[in-house]
Amino acid sequence: MTSPAAVRSDAPVITGLGVVAPTGIGTQEHWAAVLGGKSGIGRISRFDADRYPVRYAGEVPGFVTTDRVPSRLISQTDRGTHLALAATVEALADAGVDPKQLPEYEMAVVTASSSGGTEFGQHEMESLYQNGSAWVGAYQSIAWFYAATTGQVSIRHGLRGPCGVICCEQAGGLDAVGQSRRLIRRDSRLVVTGGTDASLCPYGLTAQLSNGELSTRTDQDRAYLPFSPDASGYLPGEGGAILIMESAAAAAARGAGPGYARVLGYAAGFDPVPESGRPPALRRTLETALADAGVAPDEVDVVFADASGVPEQDAAEAAAIRQVFGVGGVPVTAPKTLTGRLYGGGGALDVATAALALREGIIPHTTGPEAAAPEYGLDLVLGGPRPAPLRTALVLARGYGGFNAALVLGSTAD
Amino acid sequence: MSRPTGPRRAVITGIGTVVPGGVGRKALWDLLSSGRTATRRITLFDPTPFRSQVAAEVDFDAAAMGLTPQQIRRMDRAAQFVVVSAREAVADSGIELSAFEPERIAVSIGSAVGCTMGLEQEYVTLSNGGRDWLVDHSYGVQHLYGYMVPSTLAVEVARDSGAEGPVALISTGCTSGLDSIGHALQLIEEGSADVVVAGATDAPLSPITAACFDAIKATTPDNDRPAEASRPFDRDRSGFVLAEGSAVMVLEEKSAAERRGARIYAEIVGFAGRSNAFHMTGLKAEGREMAEAIRVALDQAGLDPTAVGYINAHGSGTKQNDRHETAAFKRSLGDHAYAVPVSSIKSMVGHSLGAIGSIEVAACALALENQVVPPTANLHTPDSECDLDYVPLTARDHRMDVVLSVGSGFGGFQSAMLLARPGAVPYERS
Repeated sequence: MTSPAAVRSDAPVITGLGVVAPTGIGTQEHWAAVLGGKSGIGRISRFDADRYPVRYAGEVPGFVTTDRVPSRLISQTDRGTHLALAATVEALADAGVDPKQLPEYEMAVVTASSSGGTEFGQHEMESLYQNGSAWVGAYQSIAWFYAATTGQVSIRHGLRGPCGVICCEQAGGLDAVGQSRRLIRRDSRLVVTGGTDASLCPYGLTAQLSNGELSTRTDQDRAYLPFSPDASGYLPGEGGAILIMESAAAAAARGAGPGYARVLGYAAGFDPVPESGRPPALRRTLETALADAGVAPDEVDVVFADASGVPEQDAAEAAAIRQVFGVGGVPVTAPKTLTGRLYGGGGALDVATAALALREGIIPHTTGPEAAAPEYGLDLVLGGPRPAPLRTALVLARGYGGFNAALVLGSTAD
Repeated sequence: MSRPTGPRRAVITGIGTVVPGGVGRKALWDLLSSGRTATRRITLFDPTPFRSQVAAEVDFDAAAMGLTPQQIRRMDRAAQFVVVSAREAVADSGIELSAFEPERIAVSIGSAVGCTMGLEQEYVTLSNGGRDWLVDHSYGVQHLYGYMVPSTLAVEVARDSGAEGPVALISTGCTSGLDSIGHALQLIEEGSADVVVAGATDAPLSPITAACFDAIKATTPDNDRPAEASRPFDRDRSGFVLAEGSAVMVLEEKSAAERRGARIYAEIVGFAGRSNAFHMTGLKAEGREMAEAIRVALDQAGLDPTAVGYINAHGSGTKQNDRHETAAFKRSLGDHAYAVPVSSIKSMVGHSLGAIGSIEVAACALALENQVVPPTANLHTPDSECDLDYVPLTARDHRMDVVLSVGSGFGGFQSAMLLARPGAVPYERS
């Protein structure tokens, strides 16, 4: 049996963060917005959303594509990939990594995608049906598909190790980190992981509307209120985060410094069909991740919740947390109310935020809800950031259709 | 977590397929061993405006395959394929899934383009035939979101199988079908699952897909001879033939499969992926990264290159691909590349994007079982750049213990998998 201390010191390390999210571009801007409770939710500006029942979303503010993405790649890729390409540059710089200095086959790329290049695809389908097949551009074949981001990141930075793309809707970001850990255990030393999505175009929004989970409340500050008695669904957003993850040995060998956080444990599970009468998979998934990390529930200092805002899903998540940690047994937070749900980018951004929280010793608060519904029995962190010595954080995510994922992060301070 | 001692290994115990030429693994093997082709002029939509008008289509009656009217309404064609394939695979394996804890059953499905057909059809309605950028959401079907997220394909299989373990949709373009099985292998080896329903599906035969491959001239313009349009390794090859299909396999932890007396098609003994970091669609002629993937897979299996008894090639039939992988085989296997039979079943069933990798693994398992190498159909004129033994036209009886299947795809992804006949190879794996 490996000792818990050895589990920690051998665990892969997150050494770089690249945030491109409604809370800002770059880690500093994001973290300041999170601590300040500065929402990135606003009226949709990327198209005229007046006719749709949802008019608010989290858009990345001030993202000037021509400043951040080479012009050749702008025309070849969808906005979701633009955001990822920019985030990757940030993350590599943050980690101090120059891929040219590392063995080419030991650097991998695993990203999460929930819906691919939706806006690009809508444009090309419009060309096809308005003008004919000859008007569909050469880049449709590489921009719309779900592997576009991973491929472009691999090519741009010369990363020739294994490539992966995981599509588990909002759970995919955590699954990508879990898959990156597998690669590191095998023969990769560094993985560019995380994810972004950007489906804020008319067809993308319309498709999202069809699942009935978006909040149609017209007061943007009252629309996404997870765990509140007044919860009415969620708002969508765009962006996410790219993370640099390295084996502990590789990070030490290149003098990477302590990094942000260690990846201690991970698990995934799937919900039974409703008619089975079996319990949802979240509690078991959470417990499996803790066991994988060698961490007891009372050692967890904060939970970053999935916090969908759909009342039945909030109730199910609260029950899982309560059953494992007890009533009010652990601080729970959901800074994603500042961004909306980011799908393939959501889990990655939560991991980035949790990593920052561990490093800074501050639990960011949840803006929006005035209080959690009392029957949930949650210590939802509200009102302002809560300073606390943080050693271990748990991040939860669920994806549409039944996906569950849980990730355990540890501080690098010990 | 308590784990059995010794390394956990994964074996294939069940196969289900929905492939052009016929539904089911028997139809697949009949086609592959006959050397017939299932490519034809496209019937699923009017191909007249397109440069490439041929495809390998599945004649598929969802109701006859046991799907309910509600499932048929809800599921994109790719989802229908994969659910039907999964059911056949589970039945073929003889496994009683209800005897397992549901959390020990996982699902890993690959797809390159997800629910493209459903997305395109709904787009046409909501945009009023492409006229309106601000599409009318009030005409949206309830399951439209299920089309937008390709994860739906894995969801449908998981629900149908009662899986509650790790479930994932793997979407690495044209290597998706190898990578999804590679993912399943990892889940079994690391102990996250004891059974994985693993495979891939794609149903891309719709105008937007045809148009996008037309635009880069990747698909063949040889519309006059549809049955002979897919010509991997032939000097006169002219691009790939788009296809649809699905294959699913039941992977089990080896010792448990042996305990229950399961029929084992093959053990998966090695898997690796590498990327060329060169171009989204272009390939360098040297095949360096694919060779590296093959080398790493052999290393995992603890096998010498000479152990490889058959190579199921990517063999898409594009000029650059066939040259690229021929070089990769020589680079990774040395002189043995000239001795080992190599073939491309895409000559018969076309290139079904993300699905084909799993279809090819199924073909490799059946080749091992039958000790027969499927041929490369339509290979009449050798190409000096492709100078290996590609098993032209006719299937070949061939004794083989280990087979290699490779995939190469957009994004620069290269994957390699090794399958071994049960009990045939005494080896130590890393």
